[in-house]
Formats: sequence, structure tokens, C-alpha cells
Amino acid sequence: MEGLVSLAVKAIFVENLALSFFLGMCTFIAVSKKISTAIGLGISVMIVQTITVPANNLILNYLLAPGALAWAGFPDVDLTFLGLISYIGVIAALVQILEMVLDKYFPPLYNALGVFLPLITVNCAILGGSLFMVERAYDFPEALTYGASSGFGWALAITAMAGVREKLKYSDIPDGLQGLGVTFISAGLMALAFMSFSGVNL
Amino acid sequence: MGLRNVFDRIEPHFHKGGRYEKYYSIYEMVESLVYTPKTVTTVAPHARSYIDMKRIMTYVVLATIPCILFGLYNTGLQTNLAIAEYGASGWRAWIIETLGIGFNPANPLANMLHGLLYFLPIYLVTLVAGGIFEVIFAVVRRHEVNEGFLVSSMLYTLILPASTPLWQVALGIIFGVVIGKEVFGGTGKNFLNPALVGRAFLYFAYPAQMSGDSVWTPVDGFSGATALSVSASDGFTALPERGITWMDAFIGTIQGCLGETSTIACLIGLAFLLLTKIANWRLVAGCLLGMIAFSSLLNVIGSDSNPMFAMPWYWHLVVGGYAFGLVFMVTEPVSASHTNTGRWIYGALIGFMVVMIRVLNPAFPEGMMLAILFGNVFAPLIDYFVVQANIKRRAKRNA
Repeated sequence: MEGLVSLAVKAIFVENLALSFFLGMCTFIAVSKKISTAIGLGISVMIVQTITVPANNLILNYLLAPGALAWAGFPDVDLTFLGLISYIGVIAALVQILEMVLDKYFPPLYNALGVFLPLITVNCAILGGSLFMVERAYDFPEALTYGASSGFGWALAITAMAGVREKLKYSDIPDGLQGLGVTFISAGLMALAFMSFSGVNL
Repeated sequence: MGLRNVFDRIEPHFHKGGRYEKYYSIYEMVESLVYTPKTVTTVAPHARSYIDMKRIMTYVVLATIPCILFGLYNTGLQTNLAIAEYGASGWRAWIIETLGIGFNPANPLANMLHGLLYFLPIYLVTLVAGGIFEVIFAVVRRHEVNEGFLVSSMLYTLILPASTPLWQVALGIIFGVVIGKEVFGGTGKNFLNPALVGRAFLYFAYPAQMSGDSVWTPVDGFSGATALSVSASDGFTALPERGITWMDAFIGTIQGCLGETSTIACLIGLAFLLLTKIANWRLVAGCLLGMIAFSSLLNVIGSDSNPMFAMPWYWHLVVGGYAFGLVFMVTEPVSASHTNTGRWIYGALIGFMVVMIRVLNPAFPEGMMLAILFGNVFAPLIDYFVVQANIKRRAKRNA
């Protein structure tokens, strides 16, 4: 239990997907103009991450890893070369299913998330989460914790970014830097502040 | 009133259509440094107050005076103490020997002078390097050169180690001014504290000159650990054995950056800032509460392997840059939260983060700088949620 808690803290702050690995930058920059939409996107990423990382963990352990197919009578088969494409497929499929479920049973949430759900199919933070899970050989409970907390960390980062950008609406930015330019600079400065966690050992 | 006449005579040249129209911001800077600005609102509905931007910024600089004076004394004291053992060299020693003052650590005047010889070059380089970029931006972007830079440059100087190479000093303040402030449009439009941005930039770019045991006292061969790094390695109980009592740390005769060692000097500045209402007391109270609460919690939890867990809050208060940051950085109105509830939360967040970094993060012994930057990043978000909660509550009341 203690290990899971420290894994969660680590995934949220120390190894923040957005501000220390710079993953999911395109959506991070594009959808951080308003706090309310940023929260919506953050929640979607968190939900998708919480589902896909454990799902991919199951796929890896019961289908792809060397010897994983022993239950089907193929103890010598190693399918890890199919990893990347399987994870992407799983992510895309799960996002589709999630979208349909939300549309059918939770229309308000579906409307609130709107275009972001299909958008995050191609979010590299999501795939990055799954790949980190593989690289670090998480077991199922760890994968579940990692998915949820890394998604939360990304959500936290994009919400803070949106807050900063709403504040910057009142500033007087030079012409050449308006829009994306100053956003990149702000993201860099935020990463500087997040450096306060780098080196924390849990 | 000869000077006024000179200003009045040359002023038309800087107005629209005049010969030096482009350089109005430089003229304005010099004039408002000497005289009170003439642009005053006189008609209703404007509320009038004597506290304008110039006065706020001047007050903050005034509030740093105790820290400056004590910083001069302490830098000289630490250097002279080290010189007694390792010997003196360099141009500073030459000046002091020429003046015949000597390196006696028991002589406060000699200490002050020696400290001044370290403080002054750093401060001048900061003013010139940062000032040049400030003026370039002001001229090109046609905004006024703001007194805010006086504050930033002073705070920046006070949080540098005395041995910082001057080119790094220049680089840091230029980064702070340009990336931390001017790309957002100048004073009041930034979201991070420019002095801290510059300091953090140096900290990560040149860790060898910004941290460790040998940077605090600028004498070759001398190595003196800060109170925080001693307690990180051996626990705060080892401090008295190293000759650092709580009173030493409170008064400030310990290793550290130029002007941040003395808690009592910072508290004098704080009293001045609170009395003149420049600093908001909620920020200070929130930051104290957050620090006390979290460090006490860690005291209760305890740890066998990490001696920092046992450090009580009154030690956290006096060592490192906590007091200086609390008084001059946390209370900075631009980058802090703007709502009253938000100020409590913002302060508490910083207090929590300081202890978190100091105790739980072995990579950095000191955490005030990064904690404040972290607080700055979340300040707008805190305000947003406070405002949303207000809107919800009022909607419910009037429903």
C-alpha cells in the first residue's frame, strides 16, 4: 500500500507527464486558454489514462510478453514486437467505447467533454503512460495507480497552465510573441517551478 | 530650482513630435526618480491615495535596508574569519590594506567595509546589466521604466552567494528581467517573481557556483556549510556542535547568501511593510501556518534515516532563506494570489512546499526559492477557484 502511495505521488509531481517529460504538449498548449475547458480535458485524460494503462498491462502480461501465451498452448511465443501498435489500438478502441458509453448513459459529461475525447486518442501523454508502464514493469495494481495518478498530474499541470494563461490575458505581450510564443515560455517557466520535486526519492 | 528648470526646458524635446520622442521613457525615468510624477487624477470618481507605484516600490527598497546592512556586516565577518585562517588575496584585500583597515573580525567597521566590497560590485552589475535591458524594452515598447526594477535588482542581489562570478550575476538578472518580466509586458504583468526567475536560472545553469559548501564565503580553500546542509546531513541537533546556536541563526551570523541570513533584520523589514500596509498580512500568516503545520506533522511522523524530519518549526524559520522569502517574495503583490481567501491558501501552499523540499527532497537543501515559484504558478488557479466559490455562494443566496 505504501509503495502505491509513493508511486502515485511520484507520478503526479516528480515525474509529471506534462512538465517534466513534456508529453502531450500539443493539447497542453492548444486547449489551455480557459480554465473550465482545461479542467474538462484534464478529467478526460485522467479517465482514459486510468482505463488504458491497466488494460494495456493486461494485454502485455497475458498476450504479448514472452511466454504470456502459455495459457493458449504457445509457451515459446514472444509478441512484444506488436506492443506499440497494440497499445495504440487499445487506446483508440477504448476511447471510442468510452465515448459511446458516456453518450448513452452520461450525456451531460459527454457534452462537457465534447471534442476532447476523440482528440486524446492521439495524445502522446496517453501512449507515454502505457509505454512507461511497460518499461518499468508495473504489475496490475501499480499500473492502475500509475494510470490514474499520471493522468491527474497532467490534469493538474494543464489546469495551472490555463490559470496562468487567463492571467496573461491582461498582460502586454510583444507582437511577435503573442499566442504560442509566450505560451511556450510560460510552460518552460512552469517546468522550472516543478523542478522543486526533481530528486525526491520515495 | 535649477534642476526643475532644466527638466522643463528639455521636456518638449521628448514629447510627441519632439527631437527625442523615442527616448521619452528614459527622460521619464530620470525625472520621476528625482521628482514626484505630475500625472495625478484630480476629478471624481477616482479615489486618490498617496500610495502610488513609486512609493510602494521605494518602501520595499527601504524595508530591505536592515537586511542590506546586516548582510554587509555578516559577509565581511564570515570572510574575515576565514581570512584569519586562509589568508587574503585579490583586489579587495589590496584596497583594504591600502586603507589600512585590516581584517579583524572583531572590528564591525572592517567587516562592513569588506562586505561592501563584495556587495557593491554585484549590485552595480545587477543594476547596469538589468537596467540596460529594462531601458531597451522601455524605449522599443514605449512603456515607462518602472521602479519595480529597483526592487527586483535589490532582492536579486541579496539572494546571491557573495562569491558569484560577476558575469553570472549579469546573466541571471538579464534572464530574470527579459524572460521573467519583459516578455509579458513589464512590471505588474508577469506571473513569476523576476528576481527569483533569475536566481533559479543561475541555480540550475551553474550549480557549482550556486550551491555546495564553498560558495558562501568568498575565500579560496575555505569551506563552510550552511545551517541547512549541516542539518540535512547530520540533523539539526548537530548545529550547536558546529557553533551555530538558534540565536546565531536568528541574528544571522551564519553562512548563507548575501542578505538572507538574518531573521531579525527580515522581521524589522516585515514590521515596516506591514505597518505601511505594503505587504498583506494574510500572505505572511498563511505562509507561517503552512510551514508550522507541516513541519510539526513531520516531527510527529519522524524518520529513522532522515534527520530533517525532526527539525522543529522555529529552526525552519531562522535557517536558510525562509525569513527573507517570507518577507520580500511571498508578499510580492503581483505574483501572489489576489483574493483574500486565496492569499491564505497561497501562503500555506508555499509554507508547505518549503518544508516538503527541505525535508523530503534530498537534491535541494534549500527550498524557499522553488517553493515560491511553485506558489506563483498556482496563484492564478487559486484565485479562479476562490472566485468561482464566491459566485456559487452568491447565486445560491440570491436564488
